[in-house]
Amino acid sequence: MTLAVQFTHVSRQFGEVKAVDRVSIDIQDGEFFSMLGPSGSGKTTCLRLIAGFEQPSSGSIRIHGEEAAGLPPYQRDVNTVFQDYALFPHMSVLENVAYGLKVKGVGKSERLARAEDGARKPVQLSGGQRQRVALARALVNRPRVLLLDEPLGALDLKLREQMQSELKKLQRQLGITFIFVTHDQTEALSMSDRVAVFNKGRIEQVDTPRNLYMNPATRFVAEFVGTSNVLGGQLAHYLNGTPQAFSIRPEHIRFSNGPVGADELQVSGLLHDIQYQGSATRYELTLDNGQTLSVSQANNQWLDNRAEHSIGQRLQVCWSRRAMTLLQETVTPGEGL
Amino acid sequence: MIQTLTQPPALSATPSPLRRFANLLYRRPNLYLSLLLIPPLLWFGAIYLGSLLGLLWQGFYTFDDFSMTVTPDLTMANFAALFNPANFDVIQRTVLMAIAVSIASAVVAFPIAYYMARYTTGKTKAFFYIAVMMPMWASYIVKAYAWTLLLAKGGVAQWFVQHLGLEPLLQWLLGMPGIGGSTLSTSALGRFLVFVYIWLPFMILPIQASLERLPPSLLQASADLGAKPRQTFMQVTLPLSIPGIAAGSIFTFSLTLGDFIVPQLIGPPGYFIGSMVYAQQGAIGNMPMAAAFTLVPIVLIAIYLSIVKRLGAFDAL
Repeated sequence: MTLAVQFTHVSRQFGEVKAVDRVSIDIQDGEFFSMLGPSGSGKTTCLRLIAGFEQPSSGSIRIHGEEAAGLPPYQRDVNTVFQDYALFPHMSVLENVAYGLKVKGVGKSERLARAEDGARKPVQLSGGQRQRVALARALVNRPRVLLLDEPLGALDLKLREQMQSELKKLQRQLGITFIFVTHDQTEALSMSDRVAVFNKGRIEQVDTPRNLYMNPATRFVAEFVGTSNVLGGQLAHYLNGTPQAFSIRPEHIRFSNGPVGADELQVSGLLHDIQYQGSATRYELTLDNGQTLSVSQANNQWLDNRAEHSIGQRLQVCWSRRAMTLLQETVTPGEGL
Repeated sequence: MIQTLTQPPALSATPSPLRRFANLLYRRPNLYLSLLLIPPLLWFGAIYLGSLLGLLWQGFYTFDDFSMTVTPDLTMANFAALFNPANFDVIQRTVLMAIAVSIASAVVAFPIAYYMARYTTGKTKAFFYIAVMMPMWASYIVKAYAWTLLLAKGGVAQWFVQHLGLEPLLQWLLGMPGIGGSTLSTSALGRFLVFVYIWLPFMILPIQASLERLPPSLLQASADLGAKPRQTFMQVTLPLSIPGIAAGSIFTFSLTLGDFIVPQLIGPPGYFIGSMVYAQQGAIGNMPMAAAFTLVPIVLIAIYLSIVKRLGAFDAL
């Protein structure tokens, strides 16, 4: 399988700030690849490096095997869907979509045939429509790699979910590489083949959504992707025999009233909060060392979870050792995990 | 703990008349708006538009050439006289100059405005703003007089031209009919240079403002879709800065149409619309003809605006 995009020890500095710090990624051809991270983590800069709006301070970027560092955006076989859509306000929808073909000198009749759509100006379109026009404008050029810079950020939840499944379907049909930048972990998990988690200009982990969630490599990934209890220090040593921090998901913890299995760990704590969340109920426990432990119980049986526990009560909880993941504190730059 | 709730004294007391008035304004936003707008509208309507209409009305009055007196007998003669070869020549000369000045100002202003909007920040930008506006702080008449000296025979302009070895070019330009003359300060070319100099800030600032509003992502999107820098400029930057160019050209066009100082001080003899109005109402005392001439720039600018609008300059506003 060929690589669509390959980063080798890529850095991008803005003055003193290292926006991207020795990042190496291999993005497969035809993959739906997400770059996930909080704002300022370097994910958007990486996307802009692929598009050519930024040039790397050091390192090599290859797009379909060709060195791209130094190439201007208009000489790259990639197209971008911008966060603010960046539709040309002085052109109709049709002219916007046909723009890429026009500047490449495609004849007018073919241009129009390939860019069929309404003829309204972009300002009259709603958010979801503008987003579709931006997508059409990029795809009409038949790029081999499509870059999407938080394109769903401005949409409301329902529309966003609808666009997520449309995008995923589109990517499967076209078979081209999608590189999707987002700070929404749910979005990244639900759409992607693989996800790279960015933090402070570095990649913490690149993995499938399932592995990312079930086996987070670092403390940051465990806490950023989903909700996690990270236990470390003396407590970890007492429970697990090693001071190395580990992560346990709230939904992998259950209440226990008696003796537990040989491969299970048990702690007790005071219940200090109950949050009803619809599909699940979350219990917040204060452990004896002061740390908070979240426990999530699915509300899948109607007799369950009915005022069974009350605030201030001391409860025993347990989880299986197999559900725990040992965490690294940080990543060494330049070592893609 | 149980607390007895007591009415705060401020609310229980009857509100002061001022407070009642404020509440009334709050409840009736239209009243508020009209109170705010009536004084300036009276000023604008009565003093500004009223006097302008009064002036134009005088264009229908009759001027008696023999007795040099104005009588309020209504006639179309003054407006018809605008189309006399002599008067029409004045209008034509002024309009051609206004068009040439507007085009040249736009060409000169655009790169400066582009640089200001795209490449300067903070102190550099402030420096450019001041540099562009500083000439406007000096008296306009002083500047025009200064230019008569700069462009005169043996003046600074000629000295530069000589040292650059461009004397033959200057002589060739001055020898051209229509724009030439014996020296720069008595040629239409010199007049044109002074107009461009004087109105340039009025062109730079609107273009700069329009380029400032242009989101960088549009230029990136254009490059991303395969447009080379020249194509991005022609297809995105230029069309989206047209409202700025149009706004600037409205200034340069109308200011040139109405100017009466520069045509008197620099360039060949011959009236401009502005100097014609000045001469008619001052030296000759033919107020009706002056009023008729005043209508010309108004009509021309109305035509100009409708052309600019039809070209779509205001669509992207």
